[in-house]
Formats: sequence, C-alpha cells, structure tokens
Amino acid sequence: MKELEKQYKKILSDYMIDKTEKNLYIGQNFIRQLIQKNVSPEDVVSIHKNAIAQIFPDRIKEVQSAYDFLIEVMVHYGMAHREHQSLLQKQAEFEIEMNIATNIQKTLLKTVIPQLSSVDIGMISIPIRKMNGDYVHFLQDQEDYLSVAVTDVVGKGVPAALCMSMVKFGLETLEYAYKDPSYVLEVINRVIEKGVDDSMFVSMFYGCLDIQNNIFSYASAGHEPALHYRANENTFYSLEAKGLLLGVLPEIKYSYNKISLKEQDIVIIMTDGVTEFRAHDDVNSREMITSLIAEHKHQSAQQLCNLLHKEIERIQDFKLSDDFSVVIIKKK
Amino acid sequence: MTVKSSVEIITEWDIVAARQLGRNEAKALGFGTVDQARITTAISELARNIYLYANIGFIEVERVETEAEKKIVIIASDKGPGIKDVRKVMEDGYSTTGGLGAGLPGVKRLMDSMDIQSIVGEGTIIRTEKRLC
Repeated sequence: MKELEKQYKKILSDYMIDKTEKNLYIGQNFIRQLIQKNVSPEDVVSIHKNAIAQIFPDRIKEVQSAYDFLIEVMVHYGMAHREHQSLLQKQAEFEIEMNIATNIQKTLLKTVIPQLSSVDIGMISIPIRKMNGDYVHFLQDQEDYLSVAVTDVVGKGVPAALCMSMVKFGLETLEYAYKDPSYVLEVINRVIEKGVDDSMFVSMFYGCLDIQNNIFSYASAGHEPALHYRANENTFYSLEAKGLLLGVLPEIKYSYNKISLKEQDIVIIMTDGVTEFRAHDDVNSREMITSLIAEHKHQSAQQLCNLLHKEIERIQDFKLSDDFSVVIIKKK
Repeated sequence: MTVKSSVEIITEWDIVAARQLGRNEAKALGFGTVDQARITTAISELARNIYLYANIGFIEVERVETEAEKKIVIIASDKGPGIKDVRKVMEDGYSTTGGLGAGLPGVKRLMDSMDIQSIVGEGTIIRTEKRLC
C-alpha cells in the first residue's frame, strides 16, 4: 500500500503541475492496477487524501473531514463492489459446472441414427440454450422393426434435460415391448408421473415401422402431429392421434393408428419448435414445411432435415425461439 | 487487557450510539481512518439488523490488547426470531438482491472473521473481530 501511495502521489502532483491529457491517461492506467490488486474504493479515497496532505500540507486541515466523510460513504460502496465481485466469481463457477453438465447430457442423450437398407432415416436436434429439451430415441430390431420416439419437455434448460434422461431410461427398459405405441406411452407416462414434479410435462410422438409389412403404427401424447407424404398421390396427410401429455395423470390409455407406408413415402416427425414461429404469426408453418419437402423430396432424409432447419432458421431471422428437432423417415 | 462496553439497541438512534462506541474503541486501539470506517459500518449493519428484525438487543464492543495481538471484537446479540438457515444468509446476494452490498457476508468482509450462533425462536449471537496489523 505504501508503494501505491507513493506512485499515486507522484501521478497526482504531476497532473497538478502540467494538467495534460497524458497525465490523466497515466492516472487511468494506475487505477487499472489498483482494480487488479482489489484495492477497495475507500482505500482509494484514503490514498488520495494522504497524497493531498503531502502535496498541500498547509491546506489539508480545511478539507480533511470532507475526505473522512467520503471514506465513510465509500465503505458502503466498497461492500457492494466486493459483493459484486464475489457474485461474478460464483457465476464463473456455475458456468463451468454448466459446461460439464452439458457435456454429460450430450453423452447421455446422444441419438444414434440406425442405418437400414430399405429405410432412409434423417434427424436433426438443435437446442436453443445449452441444454436440449427435445430428445429423439431410435430402437431397431435388425431389418424388421424400427421405432422412433420424438419428445419435447415443456420447459427448457436444466430441468428439461434432467427430466429427459428419465424418459430415455424409461424407453430403454422397454426392450421388446416397443412395438406397441400405446403401451410405450402408457409406461413412460407412469414413469414421468411418478418421478417428476407436477409442473413438468412431456409430449411424445411414438411410431413403430414394421419394415417387412410396410406398416407404420403411431401414438401421440399431446405432441405436434406428424406428416405423412404419400408419393403415389403427391399429397401430405396429418398423422393425428389423441392423447394427453405425459406426466399429467397416472393411469391414461393411449390409442394408436396405423398407416401403410409405400415406396418413396415420407414421414416427418417434429417438435413444436419447428412449427411455431413466435415472431411470425402470419406464416403457415405446416404449409411451408410440406411445400419445401415436396419440392426436394428426392433428396436424402438427412438432407431434408438440414434443409428444413436452414429454411426455418432463415424465416425466423436466425433466432429460433425453441428447441428444434425433426426426424424424417423415407421408404426407399 | 480487555475493555468491554455495550449499547442497548432499542431505537434507531441507538445505532448511532453503537457506531460512536465502536469508532472510539477502534481509534483508541490504533486503527486508521479507513479501518475505523469499516468497523463502524460493520457495527451499523449489525445494529440495524437488531433494530429491524429483533426489536431489542445489544452491541458489545471489546478492545483486546495483549502482547500477542491487538484486536477489536464486536458481539451483537438479540432475543429475536433467530435465523433459520445460517448458511443461506451468508451467501452473497441472499439478503441484498439488487446489490446494495449490505448483509452479513458484507460485514464479514469488512472484518476478519465472523461466527454466528442462532436458534429459531430464541435469538441470535454474532461475534466478529478485526485484528490490528
């Protein structure tokens, strides 16, 4: 502190004599040093007071008490300053923890897209914040069955991600029961209803494709309807299925529907981040999606997913307002 | 040698008396202007807490002068509602949302150490000290 006082006094007295911009600049650099050394505001006032006392020894008496008053006031300012610094440090710690959690989530909830000879599958899932509130899960039994779950937790960020890992483990315990969409939703509903607090709801679209017989059966728990493109009619159909969100009530029955999936047919499953354009109410998103798919239907499923994401992001001025997930299944 | 004095906190003006006591003792012990201001501010915060939340309590100021050390000890005691979660009130930002910088963590930083004993429904004793170096 003594050394700092000496330096400060020198800088101050230089300024009192020359009063140039250069003096002020040197003063600023010096303050930067003080901030780095965590010198509190009240100490700075004290340093200033002592410097004045040395530069103007015969005049300090008149103003001494004014400086003491300022020191007193600045103690409180210093308290606020230190609290602020400690909160900044805490925030940095949170940031680190958050990054670790994000990485764990990425590993935990990693979606592996199955490679099949007769079905082309594409998937994209982009979180709006660090943690994804959407999750896509595939299950596959060789070239016979392919099932897909597209889920969206109401809410974003950490709570959503935590809830999602439960959904994932629920799905994984199903093993061979996965061919019945109603049963899957009923089981996952029970898992969520029991394990997660009342404010947490999950929507899920679950579909299972019987590859040999070309039958796609699906059920929905309050999820965005999927789309079915029938190649031979060149028309889109909405795959609607009634069902309450998961986690609301304990014992709920879900019904399922079946469609037949022909060659070159496409199924598009989305979360509401894809269809809800918050800033653009005038855009009919489903119309936009169908015309985009129809126009590029010959591209691969993954290319279609990427295209949809790019196009919708552009329409929303590159500021998506929700987690964004699309699964596209194309019959070869 | 230990010199002990205390002020009863009942009205807001007793906070001023407690401050005055603390400043005198700090000065007598040899603390500089800045540390005097810090000690006084700490007392002020503790006394204010008593006045606002416990209605009645005491601020005790001890001046400890031995060969080994010189320090000032402040003890704030009350029979108020007590603190339910001490760890929480020692967290930055808990009682000062909006960043006014007061609160117990702020007091602790002005001093060297702080110890809180509190029983819900019975009261609180806060002991904090600052050494002269």
